[in-house]
Amino acid sequence: MTLMLDVENARKTFTMHLQGGISLPVVRDVSFKVNAGECVVLSGPSGAGKSSILKMIFGNYRCDGGRISVRHQGEMTNLAGAEPRLVLNARRMTIGYVSQFLRAVPRVPALDVVAEPLLTAGLSREDARVRAGALLGRLNIPERLWSLPPSTFSGGEQQRVNIARGFISNVPILLLDEPTASLDAANRAVVVDLIAAKKQAGVAMIAIVHDDEVRMQIADRTVDVTTFAAAA
Amino acid sequence: MVDMNSASDQPLLVAEELGKSYGRLAACRDVSFVLYPGEVLAIVGESGSGKSTLLQMLSAQLAPSAGRVSYRMRDGVLRSLADLGEAERRFLFRTDWGYVHQDPAQGLRMAVSAGANVGERLMAIGWNNYGRIRQTASSWLQRVEIDAARIDDAPRTYSGGMRQRLQIARNLVTEPRLVFMDEPTGGLDVSVQARLLDLMRSLVNELGLAAIVVTHDLAVARLLSHRVMVMKEGRVIETGLTDQVLDDPREPYTQLLVSSILPP
Repeated sequence: MTLMLDVENARKTFTMHLQGGISLPVVRDVSFKVNAGECVVLSGPSGAGKSSILKMIFGNYRCDGGRISVRHQGEMTNLAGAEPRLVLNARRMTIGYVSQFLRAVPRVPALDVVAEPLLTAGLSREDARVRAGALLGRLNIPERLWSLPPSTFSGGEQQRVNIARGFISNVPILLLDEPTASLDAANRAVVVDLIAAKKQAGVAMIAIVHDDEVRMQIADRTVDVTTFAAAA
Repeated sequence: MVDMNSASDQPLLVAEELGKSYGRLAACRDVSFVLYPGEVLAIVGESGSGKSTLLQMLSAQLAPSAGRVSYRMRDGVLRSLADLGEAERRFLFRTDWGYVHQDPAQGLRMAVSAGANVGERLMAIGWNNYGRIRQTASSWLQRVEIDAARIDDAPRTYSGGMRQRLQIARNLVTEPRLVFMDEPTGGLDVSVQARLLDLMRSLVNELGLAAIVVTHDLAVARLLSHRVMVMKEGRVIETGLTDQVLDDPREPYTQLLVSSILPP
């Protein structure tokens, strides 16, 4: 088994300067490991810090302490407190993030939104578009929408575009923040299949899912986030 | 696409402890950072924070009172801007750098044709085949979404958004490695801004350009930049990955800036 992600004693507190400098502890002593081909589901009630942990791993949130090591270019590399260049490079080659919401770029067609991670990874535009189209089709986005910017789509369609964008790349670590929320049963099943295929390919995944049925289908292990609750 | 791993491990531009004082007034103090090829850095802050002064020093238009700026010339050697000869400075201004002004009238010649505005940069670097210059200018106009039929019209007949796109074409035609932008979307309507931002974003990606963008608009920083420096009262108070600084701002002033954005 290859270790892909090793979180050790990671800690996060927000200091809200506009609210008189109050300190909002989010999580402390976050420690868990994820191996290649494994899907670990973070569990716990809303507000327990699940999304914050994903954001700390991806680097949107800075850690106040601890280490977040990922296998990047063959070596375990600590991303907590790393230089922006290293984090950007890790996002290009190693870690992908599928969030619930699409941060839509105005005027870019859905097909190109999905193809972009492949272009960044060095594929030709033509190959990237073919693969993007195949994935959009699988997620039941009709071809007539591919050339339109997703900002004009329904919420569910936008989410599926976002899922396609997240799953298309070949990064070895994927962070999934409620990838099946607000999807219908057919599309939920497609996402479960995509996750199974990623496992087969050896991708390590850390997921947040509220749907019990989906969790049972994808989780190899569960990590209870309430054990990381920061004493308020 | 720029390979961030190999060729670009050497910085393109290095700022060391830069400062500018006017008498006892320090407009900008102690600014240090490194910019790599293909990287887009946004400098954000309110008016008077020193960001425009900093941009002028970085682009060799203003001599610093302290510190220095170095730039890696095409021969691979990192040289201090203050030590460059006149010919080398000209090379930077005419070819290797672009400078997009907030007001297109400052970056364009308003009374000559759009084609001449773009072609002028090519002639300055020795192009002399009229047909080839016109053809290249025409293809750049189309690239910035200006109808090639408008090539003989002067920019004073253009709308604000078109003028700004023309200014971008004029700057990029010489394939610069670094582009400075001073509030590139300032003064434009919101819908025109979105189009311009999208265009700049795709050009920067396709050409693997490095860019330093001064803006007071955090949405511009979010969409265009990899990294952000937040300035206040002449100092850099916070710096980091763009989404990190905007999603998890640490400094009181940055939290204020981020919380002041109206939700979309």
